[in-house]
Amino acid sequence: MAEIAVTQKMEVPVVVIRPSRGLAALNLRDLWVYRELIFFMIWRDLKVRYKQTMLGAAWAVIQPVMTMLVFNFIFGSVAKLPTDGIPYPIFSYTALLPWGLFTTALNSASRSLTSNNNMITKIYFPRLVLPLASVMAGLVDFAIAFVILIGMMFYYHIVPTTAIWTLPAFLLLALITALGVALWLSAINVKYRDVGYALPFLTNFWLFITPVAYSAKVISDKWQLIYSLNPMAGVVTGFRWALLGTQIPSGTTLAVSACISLLVLVSGLFYFRNMERTFADTI
Amino acid sequence: MTTAIRVEHVSKRYRIGSAPQKFRYGMLRDQIMDTLSAPIRAIRSLGRDIPKDTPNYIWALRDVSFDVQEGQVLGIIGRNGAGKSTLLKVLSRVTEPTEGEITLRGRVGSLLEVGTGFHPELTGRENIYLNGAVLGMKRSEIESKFDEIVAFSEVEQFIDTPVKRYSSGMYLRLAFAVAAHLEPEILVVDEVLAVGDAEFQRKCLGKMGDVAQQGRTVLFVSHNMSAILRLTQEAIVIEKGRLTKRAPTVEAVDYYLSSGHASAGERFWDEDEIPANAGPFRPVALRLRDPRGKVVDTLRSTEPTMLEMEYQLSAPITGLRVGLYLNTVRGEFVLTSFDTDSPEKFEKFSSRTPGRYLSRCRIPADFLNEGRYAIGVNASSFGVRRYFQDEQALAFNVDATGAPGMQWPEQRLGPIRPLLDWEIEQIG
Repeated sequence: MAEIAVTQKMEVPVVVIRPSRGLAALNLRDLWVYRELIFFMIWRDLKVRYKQTMLGAAWAVIQPVMTMLVFNFIFGSVAKLPTDGIPYPIFSYTALLPWGLFTTALNSASRSLTSNNNMITKIYFPRLVLPLASVMAGLVDFAIAFVILIGMMFYYHIVPTTAIWTLPAFLLLALITALGVALWLSAINVKYRDVGYALPFLTNFWLFITPVAYSAKVISDKWQLIYSLNPMAGVVTGFRWALLGTQIPSGTTLAVSACISLLVLVSGLFYFRNMERTFADTI
Repeated sequence: MTTAIRVEHVSKRYRIGSAPQKFRYGMLRDQIMDTLSAPIRAIRSLGRDIPKDTPNYIWALRDVSFDVQEGQVLGIIGRNGAGKSTLLKVLSRVTEPTEGEITLRGRVGSLLEVGTGFHPELTGRENIYLNGAVLGMKRSEIESKFDEIVAFSEVEQFIDTPVKRYSSGMYLRLAFAVAAHLEPEILVVDEVLAVGDAEFQRKCLGKMGDVAQQGRTVLFVSHNMSAILRLTQEAIVIEKGRLTKRAPTVEAVDYYLSSGHASAGERFWDEDEIPANAGPFRPVALRLRDPRGKVVDTLRSTEPTMLEMEYQLSAPITGLRVGLYLNTVRGEFVLTSFDTDSPEKFEKFSSRTPGRYLSRCRIPADFLNEGRYAIGVNASSFGVRRYFQDEQALAFNVDATGAPGMQWPEQRLGPIRPLLDWEIEQIG
């Protein structure tokens, strides 16, 4: 017993607290130590999300399906947008899945700090846990809505190509983009609640510049490069390619999308880490 | 002995108005307007000598240094707003110090507020896991202590009920139970003993005592001097952000109780507070004095206290009685007493000539229980007229340190706490 106590003493971590100066280190190891908390926060988000609702998790399906129906009527039947020969419902639904994941993740992660302000002012933990857990929690809704897509693929007799194995990569790209933007917005939101008002506008605007309702092909070639500065354009085009076998997105589009989202993520991490020191004082 | 906590020259500065207040957050608009108007202000101030607007800062902590040895239980004493909570927040890494350095050996568990991270929609069971994780416990740790936590909280029957259906007492008990089963090397505790009923408080104090005996380092903040005295051997006193005293607890508590209260413990009446019909009677001041003659707002139940009422009579009054009502701040009447209660005084002062008077009474030692009290003042001639009355003239605290029965960590009911003359006899 005594020996155990001694060895435990040996492992006692030493922490030095001092005012941070200059650019804060990312210190992501801290996040690893708190991995269980991330898990618990995701679990809490899921447990609580559809509490005291009548339809429960069905909402994860209702939202994209209803949007798909509306899009189908306006853009498919009335405007008759070109869809690369794919039936319009599945054409838009395939894009609505990653888009829904992105907006859910972006919205909840951007508000994650302010909605948990009692935790921030009372206890220490790496604040990154909150936006990270919010982003991950969006995956469950995505998985539920994905089941509908599988059904639709059977209905329309669409057999995915081998490119389906690239799907996780596009999913990851969507999550990274959401997290990167949310890191910026959540940190700003701690001080300026304007973010809460800007968010719905931002996601609406973002939907227009993402090929969800239409095909990326309608954008003329000379604008393609600028268009692909939006990482979600790469994600949506990639989803259609991997699942429906539409035209493969160009290498430059993908490279630009990936670079931009990584850039947003890394800059977001640094910004977040630097603002983190004053969260408890300003929230 | 190794040093578990070393605090060196720590200061913490807050901006007044924006930082510590919850409801005032900066609006981007204000910032933009400020930026836009900055050049205009700069031009305006060119010609004249206008001092530049400097934001107001307050130092919540100023140059605080101390160490705590491993296994020591250190009390932290100070008035509201003295900086105790800021110190704990800095120690538990919730907020950064503005200056200085802290070295901590070991994990820090902080009980700044119990129930942090509880979600009303989740059941008791789910919240135990969640709260445990929030407080830094490993899942396996929570699992192994689960039954103990539930037993401690006394909510077994409702463990699978969402906590939003709990009574506030059950909620707090569950929250404290999770927190009390943390096993960090350093435990920081702030006023958590104020939860629950007397029985549960006793249990919590017991738990705190166990923690201390297991050789863990504990920092304990409380307004409850008796809890501080029971649980700690040494304490520091924080006043206006500075550490002003470090001493064995008894001495530190003594220092705290006898300092810094000079401004309070005294009540003056301005002209406009005295009703016009008070007539010949004019109240001047009401004061509480300790045995050394100092004006105090916290009196110690083990010492007698003087209560004095100063007043002026501009005309002779017959049958005047000046007296006080003593109430607890919760509104329970404790007593009423007048300066001419005794027959001799009643005879002697049946009529008072104009002049300035002082009516003094002595509140004996070992009389009041701990708590907060209010004094009301009354000046009247019985059956004739009431000259003046102020039912909330002055409030004061009673500290029961050293009072009868303090060997048992429990709250005593009732506003008085006399030392009665007991005899114990073996009769068989």
